[in-house]
Amino acid sequence: MSEIVISCENLSKQYRLGQRESYKALRDTLTDILYSPFRRLRAKSKDTNAAANPTFWALKDVSFDVRRGEVVGIIGRNGAGKSTLLKILSRITKPTEGQVRLKGRVGSLLEVGTGFHPELSGRENIYLNGTILGMRKTEIEKKFDEIVAFAEIEKFLDTPVKRYSSGMYVRLAFAVAAHLEPEILIVDEVLAVGDAQFQKKCMGKLSEAAHAGRTVIFVSHNMSAIKSLCQKGLLLNSGQVAFSGTVEDAVREYSLHSVAPAQSVVDFSGRSVERYGPQEYAVLRGLKLLNSQGQPESVLQMGETVHFLLSLDIHKPTDELDIGIGIFNLQDVAVHYFISGWEGFKGVQGSGLHTIKVELPHVHMFPGEYQIYIWVSRRGYAYDDAIHEALRFSVEENQVNEHATYFTTFSRNTQVYVPTKWELIDNSKF
Amino acid sequence: MEGNFIIRAKQIENNAVSADTLIIRPASGWTSIGLKEIWEYRELLYFLVWRDIKVRYKQTVLGAAWAIIQPLFMMLVFSLFFGRLGNMPSDGIPYPIFVYCALLPWQLFAHALSESSNSLVANERLITKVYFPRLVVPIAAVLTGLVDFAIAFTILIGMMIYYGIKPGGAIVTLPMFLLLAIGTALGVGLWLSALNVQYRDVRHTLTFIAQFWLFATPVAYSSSIIPETWRGVYGINPMVGVIEGFRWALLGKTAPNIFLIGVSAVVVVAVLISGLFYFRRMENTFADVV
Repeated sequence: MSEIVISCENLSKQYRLGQRESYKALRDTLTDILYSPFRRLRAKSKDTNAAANPTFWALKDVSFDVRRGEVVGIIGRNGAGKSTLLKILSRITKPTEGQVRLKGRVGSLLEVGTGFHPELSGRENIYLNGTILGMRKTEIEKKFDEIVAFAEIEKFLDTPVKRYSSGMYVRLAFAVAAHLEPEILIVDEVLAVGDAQFQKKCMGKLSEAAHAGRTVIFVSHNMSAIKSLCQKGLLLNSGQVAFSGTVEDAVREYSLHSVAPAQSVVDFSGRSVERYGPQEYAVLRGLKLLNSQGQPESVLQMGETVHFLLSLDIHKPTDELDIGIGIFNLQDVAVHYFISGWEGFKGVQGSGLHTIKVELPHVHMFPGEYQIYIWVSRRGYAYDDAIHEALRFSVEENQVNEHATYFTTFSRNTQVYVPTKWELIDNSKF
Repeated sequence: MEGNFIIRAKQIENNAVSADTLIIRPASGWTSIGLKEIWEYRELLYFLVWRDIKVRYKQTVLGAAWAIIQPLFMMLVFSLFFGRLGNMPSDGIPYPIFVYCALLPWQLFAHALSESSNSLVANERLITKVYFPRLVVPIAAVLTGLVDFAIAFTILIGMMIYYGIKPGGAIVTLPMFLLLAIGTALGVGLWLSALNVQYRDVRHTLTFIAQFWLFATPVAYSSSIIPETWRGVYGINPMVGVIEGFRWALLGKTAPNIFLIGVSAVVVVAVLISGLFYFRRMENTFADVV
């Protein structure tokens, strides 16, 4: 057995509630001091402090080992602690308790294109981004041609990246990151962006890294990507290790026990929501699922007309805002995809909060559990704000016509129900 | 090649670890400044400075000329109101060059101060997504101003030729005063940038601080109008020493009070070192709070 290169011992991370969302105004601290000058002294004892600022554990007593050359997939629901774990492993934040021992050079890729500057050219950004990710200048020079070839942007090398299409931007960003050659590679949901073909290429590059004996820690919501890439799986639930073992067992465990409870109304402002994108144009604020009576409902009947209510905070108005809603089953297979632009929806004028109503005339899904993936983007650009597992609902068997049906018996491995017409036209063989 | 992400861990407590093992553990109060690690990240420092310089004058018509226009116009305004109308004494030196010579280090300082104070918030994306020694960010912000300084300096050379002012041997001390200006900006910038992460009020006080500080510094006037008995207190503002030094080194004004320069230097060192340690102490929470 190869040696242990990552060893986490009782790793815990405590956050103060609301800490990430709003910074303090000095005024608050000053008034605190004015009104209760002694509380601050007393606050040294942890209990009073906790009363004033409720805390929660994003990670609690997480222990695991990773051996050299292993490819480990970390899975879990939103808010299970995956991102916090990656942030500690990549040294962005410190644990509250416990420790990690890392052996070897660590490269982490929590976001594609970190530090890209829109005004700089592709060439300039390769150097800037490469250095930020921890490459030496000589190293970048050596791999420069390879990076450019991988990104397929030869012609636009000296164009500012703000003029790039989203595809080019993501390709270039991933190309730089893909040429990082650390002994331990930590990758967050970076494959969520880019077109299918490029995603395939990225997966190829990642499995190449895995086959080259590199240790990889990979977080994804895409179970098929996790299964095809990783040998081992670590399932997190509410900040704790719920399962650790082979990737097949971990994924099975996840889909059996670890899915979110069904909801009809979700507010995206909480910290447990994992979102991706720069949120330059718009921020997703909430989602409601309404049944045919217009009531919030997480259990839908087959065939009924339902509505999605989406709350959107526009930061920068644009005519080209696309909103996408994907419906996935729990194996992460897409069942439906709805995009506002397909239906000629012009987007939202003016900044501020807006509510958008989307009608789905018939629930054409077989009984089962489904989840919604939602995003906004400027048309043709990468996701501006995207949320996985935004909402989970179930579909129940219902009469969609005047006949009794028995969908649950025969609909295995099928997702979409479409009414078909059956009639007898002749009594002989054709 | 190696060493970029590797921090050679010392033997900590009883846990003997091999040389290339990195231990991540909870923050424990005051830590060392970590100058060695900053040296390992010098290329990142270079590229951050390079980025800011490249981007600064993109999409401007006048480009780098702005580095000259700003101090030039301030000089014109000061010369008109303080020199001509206010008849401010300038120790026998023509008022325009007297004030321009002070505006150079002042602008470098004011720019470096505001850039470094805002640097952590401005680079939020980097701080929450990648690891690197956080000190690199405010240091890069301070160094960026040096390019503008160098450009504006050419005008000063032109003015010195025009007024026929030849610098004496004291010019060799100029780098020292430049260092003092950068040190002041960095020291205060470190404090403010770390505070700015937690309290965004800092951003709003910056313009006020800069204006107040300008009046407390002998840019538009000569420090000779300050009564002798107050000179020591006056020197607590390190920019006093810097400006006096610049005028002495370049314009051959009478040598500055050694005591005053000494006070300034001590203050700078104290602010800088305390700033470094405060920054290092707060840096563990940056990614969680920014």
